[in-house]
Amino acid sequence: MSGLGITYGRGGATSSLMDLQNSDCILIEGSNMAEAHPVGFRHPMIAKRKGAKLIHVDPRFTRTSALCDIYAPIRPGTDIAFLGGLVNYVIQNEAYFKEYVVNYTNAPTLLSEDYEDMDDTGIFVGWDEQKRTYDFNKWRYEGMPISPAVGGSQGAITGEAYSNRVGQYDGAGEFPTDPTLQHPRSVFQVLKRHFSRYTPEMVEKVCGTPKESFLEVAKTICENSNPDRTTSICYSVGWTQHSKGAQLIRTSAILQLLLGNMGRPGGGIMALRGHATIQGSTDIATLYNILPGYVAIPDANKTHNTWKEYLETETAHTGWWSNFPKYATSIMKAWYGDAATPENDFLFDKFVRINGDHSYYPTIMAMKDKEEGQGVEGAFVFGQNFAVGGPHARLARDGLRNLDYLVVLDAFDIETSGVWKLDGVDPKTVGVEVFFMPAALVAEKDGTFTQTQRMVQWHDKSVDPPDDARSDAWFVYHLGRRIKELYKDSTDPRDELIQAMTWDYGHEGDRQEPIIDNVLREINGYTVADKKPINSFVQLKEDGTTACGAWIYCGIYKDGENQAKNREFGEAPHANWGWAWPLNRRILYNRASADPSGKPWSERKKLVWWNEEEEKWNGIDVPDFEPAKNPDYRADPSAVGQAAISGNSPFIVNADGKGWLFAPGGLKDGPLPVHYEPLESPVQNLMYKQQYDPGVKKYDRPDNPYNKPMDPRYPYSITTYRLTEHHTTGAMSRWIPWLGELQPESFAEISTELAAEKGIENLDDITVITSRGKLHTRALVTDRIPVYDFDGQKLHTIGLPYHFGPNGLVTGGFVNDLMPVSLEANVSIHEAKAFTCNMEKGHL
Amino acid sequence: MATGFLTDTTVCIGCKACEVACKQWNQLPADGYNLTGASYDNTGHLSGTTWRHVAFIENPKKQRRLSGDVDLIALAEDVTETLPGNAELDGLGRWNFMSDVCKHCVEAPCQQACPTGAIIRNEFDNVYIQPDVCNGCGYCVPACPYGVITQVPNDGRAFKCTLCYDRQRDGLEPACAKACPTNSIMFGDVEDLKVIAAERVATLHAKGYDNAFVYGTPEVGGTGGIGGNHSKFILMDDPETYNLPRHPFMPQVKVKGAFVASSIAAAALTAVVALAFRD
Repeated sequence: MSGLGITYGRGGATSSLMDLQNSDCILIEGSNMAEAHPVGFRHPMIAKRKGAKLIHVDPRFTRTSALCDIYAPIRPGTDIAFLGGLVNYVIQNEAYFKEYVVNYTNAPTLLSEDYEDMDDTGIFVGWDEQKRTYDFNKWRYEGMPISPAVGGSQGAITGEAYSNRVGQYDGAGEFPTDPTLQHPRSVFQVLKRHFSRYTPEMVEKVCGTPKESFLEVAKTICENSNPDRTTSICYSVGWTQHSKGAQLIRTSAILQLLLGNMGRPGGGIMALRGHATIQGSTDIATLYNILPGYVAIPDANKTHNTWKEYLETETAHTGWWSNFPKYATSIMKAWYGDAATPENDFLFDKFVRINGDHSYYPTIMAMKDKEEGQGVEGAFVFGQNFAVGGPHARLARDGLRNLDYLVVLDAFDIETSGVWKLDGVDPKTVGVEVFFMPAALVAEKDGTFTQTQRMVQWHDKSVDPPDDARSDAWFVYHLGRRIKELYKDSTDPRDELIQAMTWDYGHEGDRQEPIIDNVLREINGYTVADKKPINSFVQLKEDGTTACGAWIYCGIYKDGENQAKNREFGEAPHANWGWAWPLNRRILYNRASADPSGKPWSERKKLVWWNEEEEKWNGIDVPDFEPAKNPDYRADPSAVGQAAISGNSPFIVNADGKGWLFAPGGLKDGPLPVHYEPLESPVQNLMYKQQYDPGVKKYDRPDNPYNKPMDPRYPYSITTYRLTEHHTTGAMSRWIPWLGELQPESFAEISTELAAEKGIENLDDITVITSRGKLHTRALVTDRIPVYDFDGQKLHTIGLPYHFGPNGLVTGGFVNDLMPVSLEANVSIHEAKAFTCNMEKGHL
Repeated sequence: MATGFLTDTTVCIGCKACEVACKQWNQLPADGYNLTGASYDNTGHLSGTTWRHVAFIENPKKQRRLSGDVDLIALAEDVTETLPGNAELDGLGRWNFMSDVCKHCVEAPCQQACPTGAIIRNEFDNVYIQPDVCNGCGYCVPACPYGVITQVPNDGRAFKCTLCYDRQRDGLEPACAKACPTNSIMFGDVEDLKVIAAERVATLHAKGYDNAFVYGTPEVGGTGGIGGNHSKFILMDDPETYNLPRHPFMPQVKVKGAFVASSIAAAALTAVVALAFRD
């Protein structure tokens, strides 16, 4: 999520689903919201009934398109060209919100003379061809010191820890600006020149979007973005899963800053997550390189030798991450209790360190490449079915089969647990020992969901799970209990951490389910002396007197009440329905809903405002700002922490409190977004010489070949997606008869033109082929798949729902076997939404 | 008080949550796993085991009538050619979704055809088949002008939407309406729903969607033959597009004419026979 993180300071969705009801226009792009988020789509439909314009930009005409006022087709993987076209339209037509842009973004800031505009090479200044990396110093503000390791940006909430995000400049400082925005080296003029080639004609050529459609979209968005009206943008994995996903999202973030839609009711960027609690799983740290609350994990390759060094390395001078020591200390107290003291550096010497890239892809490869004594020996799989859903899923299945042991917790015998008998392998030759643990489903256990808008909702158990099925928490809790029992008499110093670990959640009932409420209390945090819940992360201390499992969730147990149980449906922003981090703020950066002097931009769009008499911020939402900071306050250039953020700077997590139109560091593939073709594309990049994102990481292995750009053997583009009727890899839906009958088999959607060309009739057997593998499926011939005209060449797209596998009531081939593993430069995401293939009639 | 449904197809997203909620609440079996290739509809039609069914109506670009309030709309009237640059300016009408259900007719032909009295109007004025009285004769099946009812194989009896009689008895709305995420399916007092429907259609007309209308009132939509429906629909196209009859009627009204006609034919044949045996 570094596209949003670098621009605004935090990577989370900036508004709430319910707030979409206040939008005057909603642009849905990179998301098939009606199909993939049908319940959330309720809110755009309410907005539409109230008169809002809905726009869908997508490679396919979907159920979402069917409900929108405007549908604009777009060739897969060309969204930066489209959004860049919108940025250019807004600037050229002077449709930007000038007062907002001048005050709340870095548009007036001047860049150093080292920065040069990009020419048609498609490479920014500072590129090192040998190392294949950029020198961020070439992108710095004027007056910013050159630094070998330029601090780190607010990492936070971006899914990566603070110091991994190189980019936020070190120390405060005042840099020269030009509030008239006319200086040729001002960010605004740089932006204007950079996007000037993204004309409506270029959009039509590159994206295949008819100029009329593009202009209709541009006009509608501009008409609905001003002091009195707001436009919201909804996206999902249709934007993230690209070889330039972070830059793609950043283009929309730049657009929303120019239009002044951030921090205001009905505005913002709604990052729609793919599962009910994906936000929660990153918040509470399923990523290998963070501790809960996006706190950097100790790393053997960084200056993290001692507790002091760790804190010094990770603490920012300005912005919110200056509070790092309080959060890190409170985690250690929550996990190790009385055993963690200031005298023993809170057991930091015993704590684990990472020493490399332990993310999904290298781990899968380390499973497959395992040899005696090295590589990955075993795996625990909770709520995952990557035998179907992993990119290049065959690689994942080969890896799983090569393990010594595999523990799978799931409700059904999914492909991941059944991997030992798939792909035609002889089970006798497969070494892995599989332990299948029947798992409870949601209604069968207590717990919480943290959904797409950072909102946490508690759910109570309704019924006991059947037979031996137990909650995932039951498994982890009792595993931990038994491990502690086994190590309790050890005298080996390395076992001290296990002995010190607090594991006192308790259990209840004859099934001995752990008490989840106690887990939530620990996450919220408490004062060590009296165990009383704390109300806000501003109460956290670095002296060890507070404990807190995840600082961003502080306040979820405010006043000793479980706030996630709240179910009061009132007026927007519905502050008493569930609880949203941070501190129940529903709309982030909401200081921007008021003008620089603190008054709402308009009565219709008021949200928070400065109360002169009470000397504090009031509002309908919880202010995302220091409550008593006067709008007239100006930070001293030498100030640190939040004191460095002026009263007219709404983006409080960023070092300068401004929204970053230009990123003077932090993104590994450029300070501004650039249109590149997908890594695998049937055509040449018309806009620049550079064909694909220069920062993309590739794995050159015999089992992971890539289709070369414009390879005539692979002339079509694939885009993969979900259907409403199934859930991701089908692990919870392909075993349900009522869902199975609705979408009973895998299929490929192809256009009527392509079908005619290939002599294919509806429901004919077809084979889709890439250099990784092939897929047997059937054709669903439809004119909802547009054919894109590219310089006279007809470009065809093949749409593939990826839900299916060989197990369950309804089955199909593995779509993800077709996909390569490639990693986007900033967040290491694969490219599932645009890669190339061939397709033939019949099962070959 | 009569209760019923209002299904607003203009906000239906085709998610089929109503189909699943109906089958789950009423414990109806799945009907098999067959990819039909007909848009995203793999359950086909209403039946004794499918009481809610979401129809997917494809209106390919070249045949459809565009409507809406965008600039190039004049160009789009009755288009048979594509717009400049293949532009599609208005999604609404291109791909329609409609959650079909028993119409709960005011004068229900199924009820009149039922010889055992199994089909009644219950206290909510809904058309209800009493499963313990139904003897499986199947007379109601051809009587229904909408093709809603079928007999369930291996059981023989006829089943259809009960308007969640059991839920209504407990003060709950029917499962399908409860599950609908966009309020496309509304449940309530028929008189209230009539008002909501009229307002919604007026709004759509004001927006330029002139073809929106309420199907299921005797005044509009031609359901006079059965006195109107307690399940109404807001539609955007001709009823036939949604597989609904434009002029549904009660088959029984043809009985009198048919009886007279066949009596005359019988009399004529008798006369012919009598003549042939004269002498």
